[in-house]
Formats: sequence, structure tokens, C-alpha cells
Amino acid sequence: MNEWIDWKAVWEIVVVGLLAGAGLPAIFAIGMRAIALPAKGHPEDSDALFGGNPMEIAAATLCFLIVLAAVGYGIYIIVKSGHAH
Amino acid sequence: MGNDVVLALVIVTGLAFDFTNGFHDTANAMATSIATKALSPRIAVGLSAALNLIGAFLSLSVAATIASGLVNTGLVTLTVVFAGLAGAIIWNLITWFFGIPSSSSHALIGGVIGSTLAAAGSHAVKWQGLVSKVIIPAVLSPFIAALVAATGTYLVYRIARNMHERSRSAGFRIGQIGSASMVSLAHGTNDAQKTMGIITLALIANGTLAAGATTPVWVIVVCALTIAGGTYMGGWRVIRTLGKGLVEIESPQGFAAESSSAAVILLSTHFGYSLSTTQVATGSILGCGLGKKGAEVRWNVAGRMATAWVITLPAAAVMGAISYYIASSIGGTAGIVVDLIILLAISGLIYARSRSTRVSPENVNSEWTGTVAPSEPATTRTA
Repeated sequence: MNEWIDWKAVWEIVVVGLLAGAGLPAIFAIGMRAIALPAKGHPEDSDALFGGNPMEIAAATLCFLIVLAAVGYGIYIIVKSGHAH
Repeated sequence: MGNDVVLALVIVTGLAFDFTNGFHDTANAMATSIATKALSPRIAVGLSAALNLIGAFLSLSVAATIASGLVNTGLVTLTVVFAGLAGAIIWNLITWFFGIPSSSSHALIGGVIGSTLAAAGSHAVKWQGLVSKVIIPAVLSPFIAALVAATGTYLVYRIARNMHERSRSAGFRIGQIGSASMVSLAHGTNDAQKTMGIITLALIANGTLAAGATTPVWVIVVCALTIAGGTYMGGWRVIRTLGKGLVEIESPQGFAAESSSAAVILLSTHFGYSLSTTQVATGSILGCGLGKKGAEVRWNVAGRMATAWVITLPAAAVMGAISYYIASSIGGTAGIVVDLIILLAISGLIYARSRSTRVSPENVNSEWTGTVAPSEPATTRTA
């Protein structure tokens, strides 16, 4: 680290930012994909948005739980460190 | 040693700034959700306000940076803080009028630095703190946000490419509600802290608090409520520019952009960087345009924003310095009152001018035709 730029902090923001800011949306997207209707072969007159067999629903639930847990952990860290001063 | 009348005026002006900070920045969290219709405009601002309120209580790292990291608190008087706030409010209103998502934080920091320079000269400013905690994060953060958002957008579209169009927009609208909520919470952790820091600075300047004291609880509560109130007002002009002007946004893009903003802002709060949430949000929205093949980014709008970013610190500094000179040449409480009257007059004028091109929840999403002024007047209700 030098006096003007804390490269360690910048580096951490980039890496953790990519994991949390791009990785979590990707996991959410995987969950959505598991229960989404396929682009082809679905009747257009139906109003359904999502569907899937129990395996797919379980996979989606797991993805959504991972995202929620990560978000909760992030908030916990912020609160814990933000009152230490 | 203190002057309680002046202190009260400074605190009220600080809260006025906090309020402009709220409505100027509603767009950061909610513009993309409003543009993709994931949330209705009124529900969006209500949700954002509530989460800003909660976020304001979560961390105090940034307030500490503002209160003691940027200027030499021993040389700061109440008049200096007041003049800085006045400069910041005027710059925030001007940029709001033009619908430019400029940084409220830079307006505030610029205003206070300008008035400090005018009052005590350059040795009163902690230049290293300014560069390392404000300027460098300001330069880097939009690029980091754009990188994260572009990566997220690319991944999300790749994963979602075989999804039925209906499932895709519905699914990612749900995601957007979550990610936009996180941005609002993050905004509370970063921006609400800034006014808390400034009011703490005023209390130290007045001798009410000892130098190096932490922010009192009543300051936290009042600032949190005020920024939430401002957020609920909704800065529709800025929402329109960010949601419709910069990139035409689909729900997966909005979701990726907001996730990126939330992550970058929260991480910066963690390090005590008084980051511009506005610049992060704008960087993310640009990034979500870059990450999707064939998406159109309006570079002329982006260019106008970037120009506003560069001039915000110096422009607010000049205004802070001018209002310090006015207040100090008259002197005492009278000087501050004259400043306050000028501030109210300018604010009133800008508000009156804004009425003729009003942007409201009803026309905020109307087709972008090159300006913030919508093609449909605010009075035609479609719903």
C-alpha cells in the first residue's frame, strides 16, 4: 500500500465486487433457468411463467438460498465493522 | 464559546442538503427498476426510502472519514460549514434541474473544501485525505462498477439464453426488486453518513463536541429520516435520464447493474471510502449496456454526465467559497442569515423554472427524445 492509493483495498473491491456483484447474479440466473419455461416448444396461449420437476425446483431453491445467505453475510460484515470506530 | 442560533441554522441547512441528496439519488437505486417496470414508480420510491432509512443505521465508517479526514477541524468554523452546505445545495439543485446524475457527495465535499479554503487557506485542507479517500475512489469506482456490471450482464444473458422470453422478464424483475433494495440499503450506509459527518463537524466547530468525537445518536436518527424523506420525493428528472436516457434497459440488465452497484458501494463503505454512489450507479448502467451484445449506449448522454462529474468538485467549491465571502464580509449571524436568504431565493427560482418541464411518476418513462423534458406533459395521466 502507498500513501495515496490503497492498492490492497482497490484489489479487494474488484475481486469481491466481481464475486458478489457478478457471481451472485449468475447464480440467481442459474436458479431462474432451472424453473424457466424453454424458449421453444411451449404453447404461446398459456399464461404460465415458471414450471419444472421437483429436481429443478430444488436446484432453483438452492441457488436462491445461496444468494440470500451471501447477501445476509455481507450485511452482517458491514454492520460488524461499521461500528468498531 | 458556541453560538446556538447559528448552530441551529447550520444543522437545518445540513438537513436541507441531506434532503436534496435523497431525491437526487433515488435514481441510483430505482431508475432501472422503474424503466423495466419491475416496480411501479411510487412503490419504488417508497421501498427505496424505507431501505435508506435502515441503511443509515448500519455503518458509521464514512461519517468518520467526512468529519475528521478531509479538513483540519480546528480551523473550521460554523460559518465555514454553513457556506459549504449552501454551495453544495445550489450545485445539487442545478444538476437536478438538468437531470444530470452528478455526485451529491462531491457537491458536499467540494462545498466544504471551497469554504475552508476561502476561510483559512490551503493548509486547512488535508489534501492527502482528499485525494486518497475521495478523488481516487471517484476516478476508479465507475470503471470498477462498469467492469462488474458488464461481466454480470454477460453471464446472466449467457445463462438465460434458452429461457422463454416471458419467464426471463418476470424472473429478473423479481431479481431486480432484490438488487434495487440492496442498492437503496447501500446508499443509506454511504450517503446518509455524509451529512452525519458534516453535522458532527459543525458540532465540533461549535465546541458542543470535542474534536475526534463520534456522531451522536440524535444526529444519526435525524439524518436517516431526512434522507429517507428526500428519497421518497423521488428525483424524477434524474430517474428519467438514468433509466431512459443512457441505455435502453431490459430486466436482466437492470438486475446485473444494480447487483454491481450494491456490491461496489457496500465494499467501499466497508473501507470507509466516501464513494460517489451516483458514479457507481452510472458506471454500472453503462456496463450493463456494454455487456449485452447489440445494446445501444448513448455516449453523448454519458459524455455529458462525465463532464458534470469532473466539474462538480470545483464548481461546488467555488460556490462554497463565494457564500463564505458573502457571509464573512457581512459578518456574524447577520452574514449567515443573508446567505440563507440568497440560498432560498436561488432554490425557489430553480424550482419555479423546473415546473414548465415537469417530470413526474406519470411521464418518467416516456420515450427519450434527447432531453430530460418528456414529450408528454406531466398532466396527462395514462393510468
